[in-house]
Amino acid sequence: MSDIALPSAAARRPSASRTRLLDATILLLVLLALWQAIASWTHGIAVAAPVTSMLYLATLATQAGFWCHVEATMSAFLLAFLLSAIAGLLLGLALGLWRFAGDVWEPVLAGFYTIPKVTLYPVVLLIFGLSVSAKVAFGVMHGLVPVTLLTLSAIRNLSPTLLRTARVLRLPPSRTIAWILVPACLPDIIAGLRIGFSLSLLGVLIGEMFSSQRGLGFLLVSGMAQHNVPLSTAIVLLLVLIAIAGNTGMLHLGKRITHRSSR
Amino acid sequence: MTRARGVLLVRIAGLSAAVLLLELLCRTGVVNPMTILPPSDMLTAMLDLLSAGDLNDGMMQTFSTIAIAFVLAIALGTAAGAVIHRIPRLRAVLDPLLASYYSIPTFIFYPLLVALFALGKTPLVILGMMSATPAVIISTLAGLDSVPQVLLKLARAQRLGRLRTLGWIILPQCLPRLFSGFKLALSYALIGVIAGEFLLSGTGLGYAISFAYQSFDNRAMYGAMLFVLLAAITANGLLFVWEDRLARRRMKQ
Repeated sequence: MSDIALPSAAARRPSASRTRLLDATILLLVLLALWQAIASWTHGIAVAAPVTSMLYLATLATQAGFWCHVEATMSAFLLAFLLSAIAGLLLGLALGLWRFAGDVWEPVLAGFYTIPKVTLYPVVLLIFGLSVSAKVAFGVMHGLVPVTLLTLSAIRNLSPTLLRTARVLRLPPSRTIAWILVPACLPDIIAGLRIGFSLSLLGVLIGEMFSSQRGLGFLLVSGMAQHNVPLSTAIVLLLVLIAIAGNTGMLHLGKRITHRSSR
Repeated sequence: MTRARGVLLVRIAGLSAAVLLLELLCRTGVVNPMTILPPSDMLTAMLDLLSAGDLNDGMMQTFSTIAIAFVLAIALGTAAGAVIHRIPRLRAVLDPLLASYYSIPTFIFYPLLVALFALGKTPLVILGMMSATPAVIISTLAGLDSVPQVLLKLARAQRLGRLRTLGWIILPQCLPRLFSGFKLALSYALIGVIAGEFLLSGTGLGYAISFAYQSFDNRAMYGAMLFVLLAAITANGLLFVWEDRLARRRMKQ
């Protein structure tokens, strides 16, 4: 049975991946065509054509001032993501293990997740002032909740047998966490980190777009204010690429870890 | 039941304690009342704004924009979801887009939308739709996937027409997924529209908050902010309760 199944599966794999590559190419071409259509239809007053924006991005990359903005955004974002990840994991762990507290606070966190947090940005600004820490704090406000909620639900959905095994083996709590909880919850935790990644980027960018003198969000808004259409389109392109690259990387990581743990 | 009530009680107690603590910290001057208004002042500021009618125009603008974006997102999203479900090849092509769509911060398109459509309702509606529509498409696909083949075969065996198959078999089966998509769509449309107004606009509740912030009018800012947050919590909460009730009715059947 397996003798017959193996070669056929091996034969199917390259063609399946080829179809997927073809699909991705089609999608990319359609999106580029759509972009080009919008740009030509509006005669470039709002959106620059794909080629123009890419060339503009390439010239931007040769200027030192541009990298200063990239660095401002990326350092704020990475700090916000790191803080959301650490605090979210610890909070999710605590709420997941302490069931009653989890039941009490999970709906509150879920409610916080759905409110328009942009409206709270002035409060963040009043507390932190016009500084990098305001951007970071706003990124954490966005990124913390999804990491917490997914860690919490991962621990809740853990098979009770695993925890019972840990008790039978008399593992101390630290080892129960390191040897059993973390490996079993890893796929869900990675999914939470992936959402936290996108949302902390979103938080940092909103912060920069609203009030900031540095960063990609600031460049985007100033590009629009100065009617520098290629600049704002190039920044949007760069941000979309960063967001998709991060998301795809974490999706792959999650898939690899799920494969390994299911083996 | 008693445990559920205990959870609810502790939640209410915890939240009220947090509000009281903030009030106390502000009143004693530990937290500068210029930075954070005491919660009781926020409430009176909100009531003042409401009774003076300062927020009426903004409310009309914002709520109508959200409603238009929400309705369009639901109509377009369900239609697109149904079409994509019909054509597997199209679905294979669009799958990576749907999977990574929500990693893109939609707000970065807003300046381009403003440049394209000029300041006003249109870019806000489109921003709200851009945030909400993919959630509806994804949940429509999930709902249609959840219809068992057996039931479709049954419909064919009973020679149900297309409309009846849709109304008697497909819709009841999809409803829970569809509804969770609609719930997401509402909160995404709300976030999109208010964020757009906040960042760059001349009307609406989001604009009222950023305007008050920029003119150092903390009282008006906190009042408007409290109102927006309460409105968002109420809207999401209503849908949540409704969904819960629908789910319970299904359980009974």
